[in-house]
Amino acid sequence: MPGATEAKAAPGDTGNPATTADTSDAGDVMFPADRQAAALKSKDLLGIEYLDADEIRLILDTAHHFKEISLRPIKKVPTLRGKSIINLFFEPSTRTRTSFEIAAKRLSADTQSISASTSAVVKGETLIDTARNIEAMYADLLVIRHAFPGAAHVLARACSAGVINAGDGAHEHPTQALLDALTIRDHKGTIEGLRVLICGDIAHSRVARSNIHCLRKLGADVVVAAPPTFMPCDVESLGVEAFHRLEPALEGADVVMTLRIQLERGGKLSFPSTREYFNLFGLSRDKLALAKDDAIVMHPGPMNRGVEIASDVADGPQSVILDQVSNGLAVRMAVLYLLAGRGAGAKNVETAA
Amino acid sequence: MSKLLLKGGRVVDPVQGIDEVADLMIDDGLISGIGPDLDANGAVVLEVSGCVVAPGFIDMHVHLREPGQEYKETIKTGTAAAAAGGFTGVACMPNTSPVNDQRAVTELIIERADEAGSVPVYPIGCVSVGQKGEALAEIGELVDGGCVAVSDDGYPVATAELMRRALEYTRMFDIPVIEHCEDLSLTGTAPMNEGSVSTALGFKGHPAAAEDIIVARDLVLAELTGGSLHCAHISSAGALRMIRDAKARGIDVTCEVTPHHFVLTDEEVRSFDTNTKMNPPLRSQAHVDAVIEALADGTVDAIVTDHAPHHADEKVLEFDLAPFGIVGLETAVPLACDRLLHRGHVTLQRLVELLAVNPARILRLDAGDLSEGAIGNVTVLDLERTATVDAAAFASKSRNTPFDGWELTGWPVFTIVAGEVVWKAAR
Repeated sequence: MPGATEAKAAPGDTGNPATTADTSDAGDVMFPADRQAAALKSKDLLGIEYLDADEIRLILDTAHHFKEISLRPIKKVPTLRGKSIINLFFEPSTRTRTSFEIAAKRLSADTQSISASTSAVVKGETLIDTARNIEAMYADLLVIRHAFPGAAHVLARACSAGVINAGDGAHEHPTQALLDALTIRDHKGTIEGLRVLICGDIAHSRVARSNIHCLRKLGADVVVAAPPTFMPCDVESLGVEAFHRLEPALEGADVVMTLRIQLERGGKLSFPSTREYFNLFGLSRDKLALAKDDAIVMHPGPMNRGVEIASDVADGPQSVILDQVSNGLAVRMAVLYLLAGRGAGAKNVETAA
Repeated sequence: MSKLLLKGGRVVDPVQGIDEVADLMIDDGLISGIGPDLDANGAVVLEVSGCVVAPGFIDMHVHLREPGQEYKETIKTGTAAAAAGGFTGVACMPNTSPVNDQRAVTELIIERADEAGSVPVYPIGCVSVGQKGEALAEIGELVDGGCVAVSDDGYPVATAELMRRALEYTRMFDIPVIEHCEDLSLTGTAPMNEGSVSTALGFKGHPAAAEDIIVARDLVLAELTGGSLHCAHISSAGALRMIRDAKARGIDVTCEVTPHHFVLTDEEVRSFDTNTKMNPPLRSQAHVDAVIEALADGTVDAIVTDHAPHHADEKVLEFDLAPFGIVGLETAVPLACDRLLHRGHVTLQRLVELLAVNPARILRLDAGDLSEGAIGNVTVLDLERTATVDAAAFASKSRNTPFDGWELTGWPVFTIVAGEVVWKAAR
């Protein structure tokens, strides 16, 4: 695997501020080479649902090695020099878009971000036409964020370039789940056997769906907690245990992931006030005490402080929220690296792997 | 004086209780006799041995798009698709542009059908002016112009009060009110069924309860008023249970289902193929099973297509943005034969009731049987014929079907309207 080789040639993991556990060997111990996929099977990353556990491990291990690049004085490697990556954001995003942009630049790819307000979408052009036009400019990868489920699938079918889903409505947000898994692995050493609680607005959350798939494939027990108005129909079919109150769900949790309430996706009748929501479902210090003593607290951001999470929890010793952001960069570098060689006639990564 | 002799087919006419191998003669557009070894006597002879000769099928729920949306379909192409699907008549919903809420539109549709249509067209008028759910359309004028029913299809009749008045008012004309059963406050912008699949895909869900609530409301109003209620495209087990009970109690209610609701489940949506987006949405297997049970036990009166042509450009959009609906005229009969008849869910008699007898009865048409003197509308089926659905070859202007490439057994082979062969299968 060229990425791993390249990264291993650089200084080791010591001093990585994103890790509290000693993870320099953990990746190899947990994910021996013979269990790994050699490459991703698809040209696209549309969702965690479509990956197998070996592919997930491949991305996490690649990301693990890429973390080090961001600690160098010169935070750049030439790996994707000459590759063209377009970020198509049909929905506002600061964190994810910036993360993808920086990740591409760290790997020396050429990158351009297009937001819906500046693209031709407002002129009535269809999604497919927009994408085909961009592809005609020889893009190797398209990163798409869109308000509707399946938008990335539409693009992936229409384009020969690889497509990365950076969030499609309430469906999936695969790189978020991958960065969350990497963060959990950093702090807990392993994911298998952990009890992970995802709480809050499950119904409208692509983060919840991708995390449920990812964590279950890696062997965790996933528990969800939400008011019934924020719980999607038949949520147990996703393979999770469901609670309608936060307190019992917190018992025994190794990881507590709170989700943002997404009023923009509807659900105005789903709860009476943010005050009552915080009383019932806000992650306060008192409630967090019901989880395991060494439980970590995660949030995909952006946070509504005082609504789904109290500030003293978000900023407290158990919070790994900023580690998530740092890991997002490494995960996106890994995904870009693993996919960029597959489209538009470029074969170097594929043949090297 | 043209004569047509259908020779040696299995003649099935549930109205007369006929199911026997016999010849059928159509003389000057009217059925003139059924019997063994009829003398051709100068008639054109169609050899149909091994085939089923049935009263002409009627699709009582199609969207022909004309006037106003001719880029999707026209009366000419829509009725050609009907003929190619084995239908000898179609009833078209009023949500054209302009909507069919006045006599002039009704007459335009009938004129266009007379000029260019392959099969007769029976217009359905609006319940309310502009389908806005505020005031009753001039239903007397619509009926006088040729409408056979009223509906605000695409939307439910907006309020209980308006539905009450519509059910009362239409009693004067002895026509049904056809209801699109959907509580819009529960469905909102949901593009698919609410269930484990919508949960997995992150779509807003359209719960079956949204259908059940309007069915419940309207059954109460049908009982109150004595009006004639017909529930369109029923897809929910709960709605079917209520309709079954209402029929048992003597309420004047009928209902229809589409092939996609007895063949497909919402699992199909996992492909994000917009040809799996329709309203009501594809539902879970439990609902599909309930639809099939209701087809078998007589709760369901009619199979309809809800033929909803859309241009390819409209269906390549994101799933949420694509319009609802699929074409169905050229796949309904083979789907019904393959999935209902050949799998033993319904008898041939029952199939003919669902496709011919009952639609004619519900719309009070002079059709649906092969009695002497009846108009010579006949559908001839080859129940053993196996063929593959080829959307590219559709007579319809649109191709939006989830069934392209499906191999099905049991196809129409001749469509005969008033003694004229308007379509025959390529052999």
